[in-house]
Amino acid sequence: MAVRVQTEDFDIGREIAALTASRTDIGAVVTFTGLVRGVSDGANLSAMTLEHYPGMTEAELSRVEAEALQRWPLQASLIIHRVGALEPGANIVLVIAASAHRQAAFEAAEFLMDYLKTRAPFWKKETGPDGTGAWVDARESDGKAAKRWGAA
Amino acid sequence: MSVHLVYFAWVREKLGRADETVTVPESVATVAELMAWLAARGEAYQEVFSRVGVIRAAVDQTHAQPQQSIVGAREIAFFPPVTGG
Repeated sequence: MAVRVQTEDFDIGREIAALTASRTDIGAVVTFTGLVRGVSDGANLSAMTLEHYPGMTEAELSRVEAEALQRWPLQASLIIHRVGALEPGANIVLVIAASAHRQAAFEAAEFLMDYLKTRAPFWKKETGPDGTGAWVDARESDGKAAKRWGAA
Repeated sequence: MSVHLVYFAWVREKLGRADETVTVPESVATVAELMAWLAARGEAYQEVFSRVGVIRAAVDQTHAQPQQSIVGAREIAFFPPVTGG
């Protein structure tokens, strides 16, 4: 069970391999990758910057992961979230949930993302082609997605 | 009570500072009371901390509700709703 906050890009294949290496108890691995889209609200994006709260970011991601481990029988999990300046098409976040069977892995991966999106202290700023920046607003749909898992 | 405050995203931009240390009177004992106290410090503070429904807080790096006590807290952060993932 691990969380990482980093500026560097990640390689999904390498992370899966590392997570499953020399284990035979894992029957299902589910991954989610979040990427930077090049268009936001109809306008072209030239870059995105991810700010975070060092210390609380890792702590909150660990709390989210611990919550998932309480709810599902996971053999392993991983959350990697990038920070700093990212270009359209770049990886932002990776969530991996590994379990003996697929139901727990699918559900836990979705839960980890829904909780991460409402609790982890990151803030996105989008920069348009003219260089002007705008902070992304939190979405009501994310709040609703987190609530459906019960008391957050 | 002396406490370190940290600000993020547009809260930081509007206040023009990433952090500061303040001394609050004993009567300021909750997150909500701290926000009201901060709102009185100047125009930018008023603009930010009057947005009570929007501004979120963390006390010692844990999410905090407005009614939460700040007594003994070392670090309190204020920020907009998070947008990671």
